[in-house]
Formats: sequence, C-alpha cells, structure tokens
Amino acid sequence: AMEKSRPLWDNPLQFVFACISYAVGLGNVWRFPYLCQMYGGGGFLIPYFIMLIAEGMPLLYLELAVGQRMRQGSIGAWKIISPYLCGVGVASVVVSFFLSMYYNVINAWAFWYLFHSFQDPLPWATCPLNSNHTGYEEECEKTSSTQYFWYRQTLNISPSLEVSGSVQWEQALCLMLAWLVVYLCILRGTESTGKVVYVTASLPYCVLIIYLIRGLTLHGAVNGLVYMFTPKLEQLSNPKTWISAATQIFFSLGLGFGSLIAFASYNDPSNNCERHAIIVSLINSATSIFASIVTFSIYGFKATFNYESCINKVILLLMNAFDLEEGSLTADNLNEMKDYLMATHPQEYAQLLPQLKNCAVQGTGLAFIVYSEAIKNMEVPQLYSVLYFFMLLMLGIGSMLGNTAAILTPLTDSRVIAARFPKEVISGVVCFINCVIGLIFTMEAGNYWFDIFNDYAATLSLLLIVLVETIAVCYIYGLRR
Amino acid sequence: MLRVLLLILSVVAIAHAELCKPDAQNAFKVRLSIKTALGDNAYAWDANEEYLFKAMVAFAMRRYSSKSTTQISNVLLCNVTDRVSFWFVVTDSSKNMTTVPGSEVEAAIRMNRNRINSAFLLSDKTLQFLKITSTLLPPVEPSTPVWLIVFGVVLCLIVAGIVFLVVAGIQQRKKKNKESTESENLEERGEVTVTVENGIPCETLDLKAGHINGVFAADDERFTSL
Repeated sequence: AMEKSRPLWDNPLQFVFACISYAVGLGNVWRFPYLCQMYGGGGFLIPYFIMLIAEGMPLLYLELAVGQRMRQGSIGAWKIISPYLCGVGVASVVVSFFLSMYYNVINAWAFWYLFHSFQDPLPWATCPLNSNHTGYEEECEKTSSTQYFWYRQTLNISPSLEVSGSVQWEQALCLMLAWLVVYLCILRGTESTGKVVYVTASLPYCVLIIYLIRGLTLHGAVNGLVYMFTPKLEQLSNPKTWISAATQIFFSLGLGFGSLIAFASYNDPSNNCERHAIIVSLINSATSIFASIVTFSIYGFKATFNYESCINKVILLLMNAFDLEEGSLTADNLNEMKDYLMATHPQEYAQLLPQLKNCAVQGTGLAFIVYSEAIKNMEVPQLYSVLYFFMLLMLGIGSMLGNTAAILTPLTDSRVIAARFPKEVISGVVCFINCVIGLIFTMEAGNYWFDIFNDYAATLSLLLIVLVETIAVCYIYGLRR
Repeated sequence: MLRVLLLILSVVAIAHAELCKPDAQNAFKVRLSIKTALGDNAYAWDANEEYLFKAMVAFAMRRYSSKSTTQISNVLLCNVTDRVSFWFVVTDSSKNMTTVPGSEVEAAIRMNRNRINSAFLLSDKTLQFLKITSTLLPPVEPSTPVWLIVFGVVLCLIVAGIVFLVVAGIQQRKKKNKESTESENLEERGEVTVTVENGIPCETLDLKAGHINGVFAADDERFTSL
C-alpha cells in the first residue's frame, strides 16, 4: 500500500532561507539598534554574543532537531516524545495564532505606506491645509507632519481604548490584501513557500545595502554611528542589559512558536541541522548589527537635521523679534548673540524665553515615524520610501510565513482534519479567521489593542514553553538520543 | 515764502509721522527676507525698492477699488530696519489726514499678493505682511487617490495568482485520483510496484507504461503472495 509522502523542501538551501526569512524580521531592523543604544552602545555586543552562544544556538538546534527527527508539527512532535507533553505543542500553536493575528497588521501598514509612496510630494512631507486655506491643520501644527500622517491619516486613532470607533475601511482593505498575499505564499505548502522564501530572505539584504550606501553618505550620519557605537561599559553591570540581550536573542530567533519545528519537519532526515542552526543564528545576529548600522546612520541624519532646523527656527525668531539684519545671527555666534540680546533688551528677551527651547537630540520613535521622517528629507524620496516599505513587507511576510506554518503544520498533520479537507481549504480558513479577527486592529482604537497584544501575547508564555521544551528533550527524551 | 513752505512741509511730515508709526491704526508691518530667498543674488534694500513697494501697494489699491485716485504719495513707509522690516499706511487723498481702513488694504493686498511677490522676486514666506494671512495653495490632488490605483493593481495580481494556483491544484488532484485508481487496478492484476521512497510517489513509476522491471520481477520468492 502507498504511504502519503510528506512534502519536502526542494533543497536544503530553501530550508535555510526559510529559517532566515522567519528569524530576520522587524526586530532586527529597529529593536536591536534601540536596545544597543540604550544599554551601552558597542558594549552591548558583549552580552549579546554571550547570550547567543549560551542560549540562542543550543535552543535553535534543539527545535530544529526535534522537528527534523519527528517529522511532525509541534503538537505531533511533542506527542511522540511523551503523550503528556502535547500541551506544549498546543501552547505553541495558540501563541503562534495570537502572533499571526496582530503581526499581519504591520504588513497592512507597510502596504499602506508603500502605496502612498508613489506620490509627489510624499503625503507625510507636508501638513494638510485647514478648512479656509489660511494655514495648516491645527493638529498637524502641534506635532509634525509625519506624526500627523501616522496617527491621524493612517490609524485615525481615538482618544482612548474605550472609544472604539469604527473600522477604517482603508486599513481593512490593506489587511485583507496582506492576508491574501500570505495565503498565496502558503497555499501549496512547502512547494510555494519554498520559492517565496528565496525572495523574502534575500531582498531585504539588497535594500539594506542600498540604504547603507545612502545612509552613510547622508549629512550627520556619522553622529548617529558615533553615538551608537561608543561603548559605555558601565552598563554591563546593569542586570537589565543582560536580560534584554537574552530576550532579544530569544525573540529574534523566534524560539518557542513552533515555526522552527514546522520548518524542520519538512526536512530530509539526513539533513545536518546542527550546521544549519549555527548558520542561521550567526546570520541573524550579523543582520541585526548590519541593520543597526543603517538605522543609526538614518537616526543620526534625522537628529542632525532636526537639531539644525531647530537652531534655524531660534535664529529666525530672534531676528524677527529684534529686527536684526539677515545673516547677522548664525549657528556659530548664536550663544554670544543670545547673551548680548539678553543684556541689551532684557524685557523682550524674557518674553521670548519660553519659545527658545534648547535644541536637544530627541529620543527614539516608531519605525514608521522615524524612517518616514528621514526619507522625506532625502533627495528622490519616493524611491527610498518604496524601497524601505517594500523591505519591511518582505521582512514581515517572511515572519508571517513562519507563523502560519506553525499553525498549519499541526493541523495538516492531524489525520482528523487533513483527511476531510485539502490543505488549500485549511489554509484558507485559517487566513480568513485571522483576517476577520484582525479587523479589531483596524478600528480607531486598534493601535491600543495592538500594543496590548505586542506586549503580552508572546512574552511570558514563550519563556515557559521553551523551558518545558528544554526539560522535555534533556530529561524525558534523553539527551543522548 | 520759504518759511511758509518749510512750515507746511514740517506740518505734513509731522502729520505723516502721526499717521505712520508702529502699531498705528490701519498700519501694517512688512518683513522681507531677501537673503534667505535669493542667496547670492540678493539685492540691497534702498530708496528705489521702497519706491517700487509704494507703487505696488498703490497699484493693488487701484485694482481693488477700481477708482484711480490712489497715488504713490498716498503710501507712507516708516521705521525701516536692517531686517528688512517696516510699517506702511495708505492715506486717503479725498479726506485729509485719514488712512484707508485696514480691511480694505488687507483685501487689496490679498487680491494682488501674487503680483506684489513677483515684483520683488519673493514668495509668501519671504515677503510677509504680518496680520494679513495668505491663502495657501492646497497640494495638487489627483481625482482618484493614487494609492487606490496601486492597491487595485496589486490586488488583481494576487487574486489571479491564487486562482491560478487553486485551479492548478484541483486539476492535479483529479489527475492523481485517476492515476491512483489505475494503479490500484494494476496492483490487483499482480503488477509489481516499488514501495514509496521519501518523496517519490508511486504514480511516476506507473508512467513507465507498465514495463516490468526485470531486476525486481525476476526474483519471485522475495515477494509475498497477495
């Protein structure tokens, strides 16, 4: 009698690409640089690499080995190790389900920004006008045009979580498109996924290289790089540094979701997954560092630009108030002139004082606000905008493929469901349910729900899952096997 | 005679000074940023430029009220600073020692803002009339939002891809079902089939048009009877 063959990756390269595509995500592009800057700059690399070798590689190897050996998705694999452990598999699937619900919203936003990049000027470059065309919108005046575009025109955010508001049809459309794209990629299982991951894994690197060249040539980029990489070694004594390094390795590799088990289960049993585990984790970390170089040159450019425009605003204010000749106030003599004016016209100067803020470098922002603000100040902003948001899409879709694989592989493995429905239908149903639930995040209060899910859906549960996984494999299954 | 003339001139000057001073009634402050706008091509602000300014304001008043009574001498400038900024008023020649109401001046300037700006090679931002708000040009918006067009294109491509893959999958499954029934019939007739290796399903072997592979079929004792 014939046995139903398990679909396989066409070659080991597809498997490696799938793991890389899943592991390299938005966290590498903006979360790692943020942590690097917060916890000691160049010095953060020390706990990062220690944690990589201590927990990242072993856990990755563990998950890949389990998946490859048992040749089942997460529920089946743990069931084989011990029937009591199938709860671990179920927990992984549930967490993956939560993650896929809210993660695809990021792809929807990336699509939104991508579609809006084909305009001149970019819609987030200027504020819209108010109703009688005498000035700019009030809300936009108070913040910046990029923040206005993000909070008002993209999210249309409501004042609080309780005020739900209505579903934003534009966002809903983008979310639907994002799910259709994911469905297209996972439709045929590894056959289609295997081809797609070639693109989703390699394209972000191309864009990052373009951005690296562009970023390093920007005015003020060096400031950002210097700021980030100067090691502040005293941070090493702060326990939070080590905890952040550990969690970053953890979430960056995507351990505990079941996706890696699912990917590895489609492997040839003779595959050398130990070597692949080392390769994937090293590439992931190298990408983090590479992306942070790019990100920090962009940050440096943005901060320098903001600082200089702030200085210019102060100069303009002083010139207008005291009717000084144009060109008499420059960035260099600003401080002396300020003192001089304070001495000669104390009263008027005192009136101006609240508006003369000290131009300090601002902190971090969201990936969409910071990058879109930097892009609008470059030449040919449409090109860079399209490239950047396309890269975000590739990163996001790559991660989504892993998440959906984690959900679908146990479902298609279980004979109860798989016998009745072909895998296209199962994938379609899962995508549809996720899309409908994801409409919550397109409501006006959607971003608040998103933050809740982002902070709580995966954090503690994953640590628990991985702990149980480690104990299970080491003691119950036996480390020797 | 000379003294009378001097007296009249001084009276006029004083009267003008009273009409045109900072924060006077119906007076407007103007601020120019020539160096910011023109950089190296910046011109210096001198009496000739002031004359041009007076002429432009008079022109604006004439166009607005369409009575040709406003003269250049009706426009008074004062308090010129290095910035360059100054105050101006428009006097009414029909009524002595009065200024044209600020609302009229404002409306006239607004109507002809473009012409005034171009006379000085400046823009709304670099030639500022404080207290007179300018009508900002709304950004050019196409009739259909561009993003919807791009969205539509991408959506059609994706849906086409999905439909293609689904249909191809259904066709493949029909072919597989047909072949599996064929291979079942062949099994019943005692044809030899090799068991499944990973990834090599049986159907591909059936496609060899039912040739019996001599290596396997030769050794009959190796196979259990059905």
